[in-house]
Amino acid sequence: MKSHVIVFPGSNCDRDVAVAIEKISGSAPEMIWHKNTSIEHSDLIIVPGGFSYGDYLRCGAIASTSPIMHEVVQKAKAGVPVIGICNGFQILIETSLLDGALIRNNSLSFICRDIHIKAENSTSIFTKNNIIAKMPIAHNEGNYFASTETLKKIKDHDQIAFRYCDEHGVVNEQANPNGSMENIAGILNDTKNVLGLMPHPERAIEINLGGDDGKHIFESVLN
Amino acid sequence: MTSTWIHKTEQSLVESHGLKHDEFDNIVKGLGREPNLTELGIFSAMWNEHCSYKSSKFWLKKLPTTGERVVQGPGENAGVIDIDDGDVAVFKMESHNHPSYIEPYQGAATGVGGILRDIFTMGARPVANLNALRFGEPSHPKTKHLLAGVVEGIGGYGNCIGIPTVGGEVNFHPSYNGNILVNAMTVGIAKKDKIFYSAAAGIGNPVVYVGSKTGRDGIHGATMASAEFDDDSEDKKPTVQVGDPFTEKLLLEACLELMKEEAIIAIQDMGAAGLTSSSIEMASKGNVGLEIDLTKVPMRASNMTAYELMLSESQERMLMVIDPAKEDMARKIFKKWDLEFEVIGRVTDTKNLVLNMHGKEEACIPINILVEDAPEYQRDYTISEPTKDYTIDPNSLNAETIVDDLIKMISHPNLCSRRWIWEQYDHMVMADTIVRPGSDAAVVRVHGTNKAIAMSTDCSPTYCKHNSFEGGKHAVVETWRNLIASGALPIAITDCMNFGNPEKPEIMGQFVECIRGMTEACSALNYPVVSGNVSLYNETNGEGIYPTPAIGGVGLIKNIEKTKTIAFKKIDSAIYLIGKTEGHLGNSHFLSIVQNQEIGSTPIINLDEELKNGKFILELVNKDLILSSHDVGEGGLLVAATEMSMSSGIGVSINTERKNHAYYFGEDQGRYLVEVDAADEQKFKQVAEDHKITIELIGRTIDAYLMIQDIGKVSVKDLKSESEKWFPNFTR
Repeated sequence: MKSHVIVFPGSNCDRDVAVAIEKISGSAPEMIWHKNTSIEHSDLIIVPGGFSYGDYLRCGAIASTSPIMHEVVQKAKAGVPVIGICNGFQILIETSLLDGALIRNNSLSFICRDIHIKAENSTSIFTKNNIIAKMPIAHNEGNYFASTETLKKIKDHDQIAFRYCDEHGVVNEQANPNGSMENIAGILNDTKNVLGLMPHPERAIEINLGGDDGKHIFESVLN
Repeated sequence: MTSTWIHKTEQSLVESHGLKHDEFDNIVKGLGREPNLTELGIFSAMWNEHCSYKSSKFWLKKLPTTGERVVQGPGENAGVIDIDDGDVAVFKMESHNHPSYIEPYQGAATGVGGILRDIFTMGARPVANLNALRFGEPSHPKTKHLLAGVVEGIGGYGNCIGIPTVGGEVNFHPSYNGNILVNAMTVGIAKKDKIFYSAAAGIGNPVVYVGSKTGRDGIHGATMASAEFDDDSEDKKPTVQVGDPFTEKLLLEACLELMKEEAIIAIQDMGAAGLTSSSIEMASKGNVGLEIDLTKVPMRASNMTAYELMLSESQERMLMVIDPAKEDMARKIFKKWDLEFEVIGRVTDTKNLVLNMHGKEEACIPINILVEDAPEYQRDYTISEPTKDYTIDPNSLNAETIVDDLIKMISHPNLCSRRWIWEQYDHMVMADTIVRPGSDAAVVRVHGTNKAIAMSTDCSPTYCKHNSFEGGKHAVVETWRNLIASGALPIAITDCMNFGNPEKPEIMGQFVECIRGMTEACSALNYPVVSGNVSLYNETNGEGIYPTPAIGGVGLIKNIEKTKTIAFKKIDSAIYLIGKTEGHLGNSHFLSIVQNQEIGSTPIINLDEELKNGKFILELVNKDLILSSHDVGEGGLLVAATEMSMSSGIGVSINTERKNHAYYFGEDQGRYLVEVDAADEQKFKQVAEDHKITIELIGRTIDAYLMIQDIGKVSVKDLKSESEKWFPNFTR
């Protein structure tokens, strides 16, 4: 099992996700500096959360043009599993690996708190352990938006990975923390090997941190 | 006493630099000539209140600063305490009051940026941010804008750099209408044998500038922070710096990366008074001179003068003295992080600060004149008589209103839930937050270990106003109690002393008395001061703020499994009150919130009782005899019990002998509420008896309701929604 975590200037969840992967898989991922241009064999690439390039210009926009992202796109197209978490999700959208856009939360403020999500399908490599999971969000721009055609396309192709729900799994407006269309918390590409999600599973891998539901996502793809 | 002006330098120019006539006389005497404009600017920056502590130094020296776990006390960028296994915690709290009032977002953001640099300058990775905030009354036209801006600024900086903001406090009081307080605290973790200091050494060694370029922002910020405000304070906006947390994140990583190598001899961040204070600090501590070529300083604007370069407070910059053999390696690290790295000078043996620009000498000042000859005043002070107690007629209070009064209290801005604030802060990044905001203390695990540090900030300004000595004691003790209630061994504090104009004897008297109270509490509790900051002249149009010695306490939890929170854990536990309750309603939240009057005396703290009760709680923690605990502070017993319920959703049925306002809302000190498993009650009572601790069974946990026998009941859900609605409604 060989995994890689991309590190951009301003990434700040790179260590957290590396700790989570090592704890779950038993082997530490390799940290890849954004100026690198290639990744050797990889079983999983993580684009971590944070504020790459200070979120200047537009969240994820500058990072998406980093030398390493060209390689990440190639690897993704070749079928390597890729997860983008929070800012990593924003970056994957900027590279066009994933569809839609992430706009400002409808509250117009940063939100950091536990939410619940549930997987929309149990067929992808990331959602095999299909449960209602509690984990934190921490973002300013997590409000998922897509045009009518795009939304139809991702629904028709079963590309919605997770939706925000309440603790019992009910998807409703009260459970939507940021105004995302149809409570979307995470989506897949059409070949289902690329996942982008706003919640932070790496912050929910042990009870001492408030819960360990996040490990199901990593276990699903690592095992 | 002021003689006629005999100097060639214009008196108005000197005064506009915030220097007094006799201070200027001393400059001329020390230099043996009149200073040029650049030199005048440097003296102004070094001798203002903010940098020189000229009014406070004499009194600060009285605080206890040593202890068996103190590795570094006051005088460096931050204090350092031993947390076992070769690890240390590095921490400090600092004010950014004046800038935050002028421009709340940037003022608060750069306050966070500045305190973070103080911590990583010492070689520590910052792991937690906290804050202590005071705003004017909610009805004041500026309060909403200031609150929203400050919270957004703190979040904007901390969230981006990726250090969790885990705790803090906020109050509202009319005394801050024209002068809010923004105090930011950072705690970092380092290895004890890898702490970095600021003393320059090694004649000929390169002086290196790293970080952002220097611009014209923040010139004279420290001087502004040492003056009172008037109605034209808005005009001071250009003196507020602009923060760039992204650059600070790069600077943090680059500095920590270089610190792993044996390359840095001395390091100092450029905070207040920028290049001036950092270079002088390094030279003074090392007892050496520095020669700097200002043309080498990376500049953001063209044609900057020596004066501007020395006084700019551009953010995210550091000054270092490095081993010349490591220069290339160090340069490579900073280039990797896309940061400036310039050798701008050398360490010399002249003990002078020499500044050159375009081959011309712009300044030459003996370091000792700047530092040792800095003014120090023993200002006149008068101690105000503490406000007398006020006896309330028990018959004037009807016990039937107790539930309604409780709801008024927990929904009031000074006691209600702060969720709206802390949900805007990333309090979980770094994935070591064990206790999130909303409990007594925040608890953050030391990465990769099974131990944690607990942290709390506190102060009750109304206590300090009406009895500065007891108020000073209280601020220290309140943080101590919060750490104890979380299961931590309290170790040391940082202080942020916010006061009005020290040239007024009654304000100086408040300062003196607060220090005396703090000293007594710190000594009794073996809880020394290891770092701090003083912010004076917090006045607008001649009206001073309430005395506000904000305290940040840090403690150690050796095993995170022993951590305690305020949340009730299960139904049918016994709830005990620890400590004596007389029913002290003077100067209480009940009177200020429900009766809308600030009257009566500040409660007195018995430090012997405090120590005894605190040790008792820690013994209960060690023996696993309590499930949850909470200090009984602002608002008294019933508010504390309600907070434990709201935090968990579990209710409580209260049945006590005394059923009156004074008992339920009195703010007697030295008390805690603890939840004891029914199976452990006998053992618990035995330990209490062994230590002669006053305990009182007040009730049992039940499902979902707060019930007060013979008085009334209310659902925990309703209490929670009452408590959580004020901030969102106010800021909407």
